[in-house]
Amino acid sequence: MKPAALIAEDEPLLAQSLRAELTRLWPELQVVASVSDGASALQQALLHKPAVCFLDIRMPEMSGLEVAQALAEDWPDEAGDRTAPFPLLVFVTAYDQYAVQAFSAQAVDYLLKPVEPARLAECCERLRQRLAQRQPQVLNPTLDQAVSQLRALLGPAAAAAGTPPLEVIQAGVGATVHLVPIDEVIYFEAADKYLRVITAEREHLIRLSLRELLPQLDAQRFWQVHRGLVVQARLITSATRDESGKVQLTLRGRSEKLIASRLYAHLFKPM
Amino acid sequence: MTDRACPITSRRPLIVTPAPSTPSARLDPALRPNFGRHFVQVFAFNCVLWALQMMAVPGAWDVKMVYSQAIGLSIWAIIDFGRFALRPNQHTGWPNPPPAIALVIVGIAVGYTVGTFIGDAYCGCSTWEWWTLSPRRFAATVAGTVFAASVATYYFFSRGRDALQRAQLAASERDATLARLTLLQSQLEPHMLFNTLANLRVLITLDPARAQAMLDRLIAYLRATLSASRASTHSLAAEFERIEDFLALMSVRMGERLRTQLMLPDELRELPVPPLLLQPLVENAIKHGLEPKVAGGRICVSAQREGHRLELNVRDTGVGLCASAGSAQGTQFGLHQVRERLQALHGEQASFTLEAVPDHEGGMLARITLPLNSAST
Repeated sequence: MKPAALIAEDEPLLAQSLRAELTRLWPELQVVASVSDGASALQQALLHKPAVCFLDIRMPEMSGLEVAQALAEDWPDEAGDRTAPFPLLVFVTAYDQYAVQAFSAQAVDYLLKPVEPARLAECCERLRQRLAQRQPQVLNPTLDQAVSQLRALLGPAAAAAGTPPLEVIQAGVGATVHLVPIDEVIYFEAADKYLRVITAEREHLIRLSLRELLPQLDAQRFWQVHRGLVVQARLITSATRDESGKVQLTLRGRSEKLIASRLYAHLFKPM
Repeated sequence: MTDRACPITSRRPLIVTPAPSTPSARLDPALRPNFGRHFVQVFAFNCVLWALQMMAVPGAWDVKMVYSQAIGLSIWAIIDFGRFALRPNQHTGWPNPPPAIALVIVGIAVGYTVGTFIGDAYCGCSTWEWWTLSPRRFAATVAGTVFAASVATYYFFSRGRDALQRAQLAASERDATLARLTLLQSQLEPHMLFNTLANLRVLITLDPARAQAMLDRLIAYLRATLSASRASTHSLAAEFERIEDFLALMSVRMGERLRTQLMLPDELRELPVPPLLLQPLVENAIKHGLEPKVAGGRICVSAQREGHRLELNVRDTGVGLCASAGSAQGTQFGLHQVRERLQALHGEQASFTLEAVPDHEGGMLARITLPLNSAST
């Protein structure tokens, strides 16, 4: 079977050129999708399950790193007998030097723009080798590897030094602002451009991203369990691991169950 | 689009007023006392006085030396330690004139008295007898002391002032160089540069004519950026040409996602403006407004006359302030630069605002207003 590839690059000329160069250097590789923003990259990658993803780091909606994280969380499980292995990731960037340093250990490869053909050929060779090493019988090794690598990369949310953690959430409804003590919040859930703030009695919407909120929370009290979910740890009553590695959380004060992604499943190991 | 409780965006314009520079609470390093060196200088000065005295009125050399040093060093100690005890002005190293003059008078009087007692103790005689025996000779001694002490005080005062002026000059040169460097660094942003080069590389094989046009734009952009730190003004038409260069480069990169519009009335073309004043605002609009938006949008740069004022607007239809707040740190420098330059050139007469646009297209509006009369001088 011919390997499939996805290209995520927001600058049209660069996407077009990368595609042309790949066709020249690696004729068997089929570019199944070429997208120009992070959200589409995630959606198309989950749809086509390509063997290789070329991800630009700076893209609208989601960065290349965020796409990688979301892929690791949402990639389908091993349960079926014919699930695609987790894609090999290649990051492409013009100049994010710190990101490049971090990724050099985590991704299969990274490319600097402008991409030199010789360097791209080297990258293709590396990808070919990695694909050839894959054994169909073994459980998804690339996924496990990607999960542990991404976990190391994400680390604990860097708390803003010196700023005391948030005590009250100000949620506006019409002309009224509701003050919600942070202690009463059971969990925060990302919903498009908003954040749902769930308490035992009701829920509020605030216009803030999880990325902006996280540094303002006490990391000991509020645990991120999914890229879009932060839960107050003392209100989690139990965590049950299913066969796919996902963890189901039961909460005090809410009847719904939450799912912790495999990136954060390690938080729920018995002591 | 519903306007929910957004913690940052508000209809109120975000007025960005120039921050006054805080005077440093500490004394300038150039004015910090160096008592050891002062002591040596005073000692040498006293030796000269002693030699002059020996030539004028020969006598016991050791006695005259003791008087000379005791009086001179006492006066010096009172004035030099006294001025730092009296909270000196940070700019001169001396207290304000009235206390400073009082200090010098007291220093001379007390220093002369103390020094004379020391000299008297050494030779076992009394200078104070001269008061009655030979008032003229006593008066001459006092006058000589006052004169010598004044000369020495003036010497230290002017030296301190010169050192301060040199230090201030050096500091302002250093600041100016640093500002130029940071401006340059912010404008030659590597991400922009390498992405532009990557596009250029592709175009060279794909469409050589367009590649050449893009290269010309890049050259004009680089030349303007590198020389902007030197020239003090250029015409508004030149400013718009530079923006056009930048937007042309961005159009190649962003393709159909970027639509641009430049509006400069003919009668305003020749008005002088600081070079690349609008550049950071345009870059800001693209980087934080339009690039993060999947559908892209429109940027409109316009100039208009409002009475005696020149109004420059940079409007985008991008994601707005809230959505890009997470990545806004990088823009602070650019906006800070704009504010600083306006303040330096026009003080309170110029203004800079950055506000969210409440209409259906959304995005941000950056507006600079300059006084027309001083802009045209």
